[in-house]
Amino acid sequence: MERTTNAISSDTPGISAGRLKASEYALRFCDSHAPLTLTQALIESERCYYCFDAPCTKACPTSIDVPQFIQRIAQSNIRGAAQTILESNILGGMCARVCPTENLCEKDCVRQTNESKPVEIGMLQRFATDAYFSDPGAPLFTRAASTGRRVAVVGSGPAGLAAAHRLAMLGHDVVVFEARSKLGGLNEYGLASYKTTHNFAQEEIDWLLSIGGIEVRTGQLLGRDITVDALINNYDALFLGLGLAGVNTLGISEPQAKGFRAAVDFIADVRQAKDMAEVPVGRSVVVIGGGMTAVDAAVQSRKLGAREVTMMYRRGPEAMSASIHEQEWAQKNGVTIRYWSAPKEILVADGAVTGVRFAVTRTEAGKLIETGETFSVQADMVLSAIGQSFVDKPVGAAIALEKGRIRTDDDGRTSHAKIWAGGDCRFGGRDLTVDAVEQGKRAAMSIDAALRA
Amino acid sequence: MADLSSNFLGIKSPNPFWLASAPPTDKEYNVVRAFEAGWGGVVWKTLGEDPNVVNVSGPRYGTLMGPDRRVNGLNNIELITDRTLAINLEEIARVKRNWPDRALVVSLMVPCNEESWKRILPMVEDTGADGIELNFGCPHGMSERGMGAAVGQVPEYIEMVTRWCKQYSKMPVIVKLTPNITDIRFPARAAKKGGADAVSLINTISSIMGVDLDSMTMSPNTGGKGSHGGYCGPAVKPIALNMVAEIARDAETAGLPISGIGGISNWRDAAEYIALGCGNVQVCTAAMVYGFRIVEDMISGLSNFMDQKGYSSIADFQGSAVKTVTDWRYLNLNHVDKAVINQESCIKCGRCHIACEDTSHQAITATKNGAAYYEVKDAECVGCNLCVSICPVPNCITMKTLKPGEIDLRTGKPVSSEYANWTTHANNPMSPTFQQKNA
Repeated sequence: MERTTNAISSDTPGISAGRLKASEYALRFCDSHAPLTLTQALIESERCYYCFDAPCTKACPTSIDVPQFIQRIAQSNIRGAAQTILESNILGGMCARVCPTENLCEKDCVRQTNESKPVEIGMLQRFATDAYFSDPGAPLFTRAASTGRRVAVVGSGPAGLAAAHRLAMLGHDVVVFEARSKLGGLNEYGLASYKTTHNFAQEEIDWLLSIGGIEVRTGQLLGRDITVDALINNYDALFLGLGLAGVNTLGISEPQAKGFRAAVDFIADVRQAKDMAEVPVGRSVVVIGGGMTAVDAAVQSRKLGAREVTMMYRRGPEAMSASIHEQEWAQKNGVTIRYWSAPKEILVADGAVTGVRFAVTRTEAGKLIETGETFSVQADMVLSAIGQSFVDKPVGAAIALEKGRIRTDDDGRTSHAKIWAGGDCRFGGRDLTVDAVEQGKRAAMSIDAALRA
Repeated sequence: MADLSSNFLGIKSPNPFWLASAPPTDKEYNVVRAFEAGWGGVVWKTLGEDPNVVNVSGPRYGTLMGPDRRVNGLNNIELITDRTLAINLEEIARVKRNWPDRALVVSLMVPCNEESWKRILPMVEDTGADGIELNFGCPHGMSERGMGAAVGQVPEYIEMVTRWCKQYSKMPVIVKLTPNITDIRFPARAAKKGGADAVSLINTISSIMGVDLDSMTMSPNTGGKGSHGGYCGPAVKPIALNMVAEIARDAETAGLPISGIGGISNWRDAAEYIALGCGNVQVCTAAMVYGFRIVEDMISGLSNFMDQKGYSSIADFQGSAVKTVTDWRYLNLNHVDKAVINQESCIKCGRCHIACEDTSHQAITATKNGAAYYEVKDAECVGCNLCVSICPVPNCITMKTLKPGEIDLRTGKPVSSEYANWTTHANNPMSPTFQQKNA
């Protein structure tokens, strides 16, 4: 890259937008993994053994019949392949982009045994869904005869969308309430831009809604514009896909200082930006945390032109909730990952962050302890990414919680007979998009059974 | 190092790999390139009478492909040479002169009358060619004109024309047989009766490669209409091996030299043909897919194989497997095999289970203690070899032969050490046991 003088660059101190040449942004924020070409897809699909009782399918939270959709790709039956995927996972297109397949279907692929090289299931799923969405033709899914029942879905993230679609398909009338201006939840606001380029999230939602029977009301925040009680009174059933609206605090003093913010907000800003050149980023960025949010924030900081980005995690690499694959992705993008570092103090001068002081940690008898040694990392932007939490206030006393999230049975049924819940707001999950889809789908079927009983 | 040199009917070549009569041997340019690449010999693409035939200027080939577009089968609708006889003869003479150590056999196809053969034979002999191969096999185009497979399908014609060739020429005569018949032994016997020095087989199998489902047109086609072609390549090898073995073990043709043709793609294929009695082999599809240098790998592989097995010449193992080919009725019905799955190498794809469960004998488990586990149930296994045949992992499933005295859990009876076949079986209405019982 050409080194420019006098202009704003990666070397410009403080927080600044436009650190790169205009042409550079498009290159950096393109698809992180180039989709398979037809030829590549055909070659890869022929690697599938079409296993009996396939381990990949069992590993998929939505139980996609993987050998079947891959066989259909090999047979040049793209619509059939997409049907297999989407009837199990209505957001199969997004999941093909964001699923940690290396820990799910591909981890269990029998090709691992002799080759350590699974069939590229995620990439094939993306190929099939992309090819289908580019020319969908006649609807894949149609609605059953109307039941005359009305179901409210609060939250339009993966869980809410999956629930809404399945409910509509089963003949119920659905109203989706969304606090933000766009549907999609984390699909729209919480993912790194390079994971879902070209406005894919909205296109997928448009397609999903095309089944009909789903009314969308945006700008409706639970507790402000709508209430659980009113929804229970006005609808036959209620599905809560509220996500995690709260951001976990670092457990140390968090100053109101320029450059200190939650990683989720930064990610949402990047995603919603019309022009990446307008997104400000620090010269030196510290991201505190070890999950996918931390990786997405760190990598995007680098892509926006930050000179150095460091992810700070208080434990070792194996304990990180970002997979080894994700960690390598961060490192490949020039992010330094430092382990065994717990934040002690956000350093501030003149109302702006200047760095973070960390304590060196280690485990002793299974417990994480600080060694007493501390060190500081200079930064003009500090992003906190140590997890989100469920904000239970709008739900009120209506339903029982467990460890701060909504308690449900396997079908998503809460302690209230008319309320189901799914996605990250529900207790006991792994906070994966694909799990949220499954929970939404399953809750919809449970609601359907209850309404027909 | 093993001696790969070949002496087939007195025709010497440095190795047993000849290029079959086909497009790769159509003219001097190709044949010289083949010899430069190391091919032991060629059968020059079939000559006919002037005026020369014409070929279509459109698709002459089509393929059947496996995973990753590997060519399993090749179909062609090319006719015999479409160049004049004079040009071909001139080139043949020159190539033979320049490459004296290589085999050069000329394939011939002229109308089924004595005069035609009488006329062409001396012309070919004058080129110095090592021998002739009578093309009684081509199943497309030429057969409509009473030549090629049209002759090969009538044993009397084969015998008649072969006799003419022996009468009007001193050259060794190889008769190339068509597989488009019901019993390969009859044309082979006819060739022998006519005085043939050898047979070569198989020529191609009549075929249509497919249908373009957009235009609803057969493929390959020439501007919308197609005609069946001749099919060859790896997919036809099992068919050809059977026909070779039938001739090799037929008392009437025993000892008749055979040149093996049909899907030979590597040294292993060649060794199999030789083990079933062939004196040499002819190759076409492999060269048409990979080019002439594939012969280097065939030579290297065959040489290493022979060294490893201690064979010093082709003759050392030629025909070694013929005696293992018999009629079904002589198979030992007291022999019992069971499949064994090696749990160490099993990758748990479950294909053996579902294949056995759905289509065979329900003899393979799917789970053990709730986890995937594929194991043969000896009480159900009939030793059919389906699981071995479809397992994606080499040598993961093998067959184990029960020893005499061992209990076959399927029948509950001990395995007999006696050989007993269908001819003596109590269920065979023709057997003495059956007839005594029902007397």
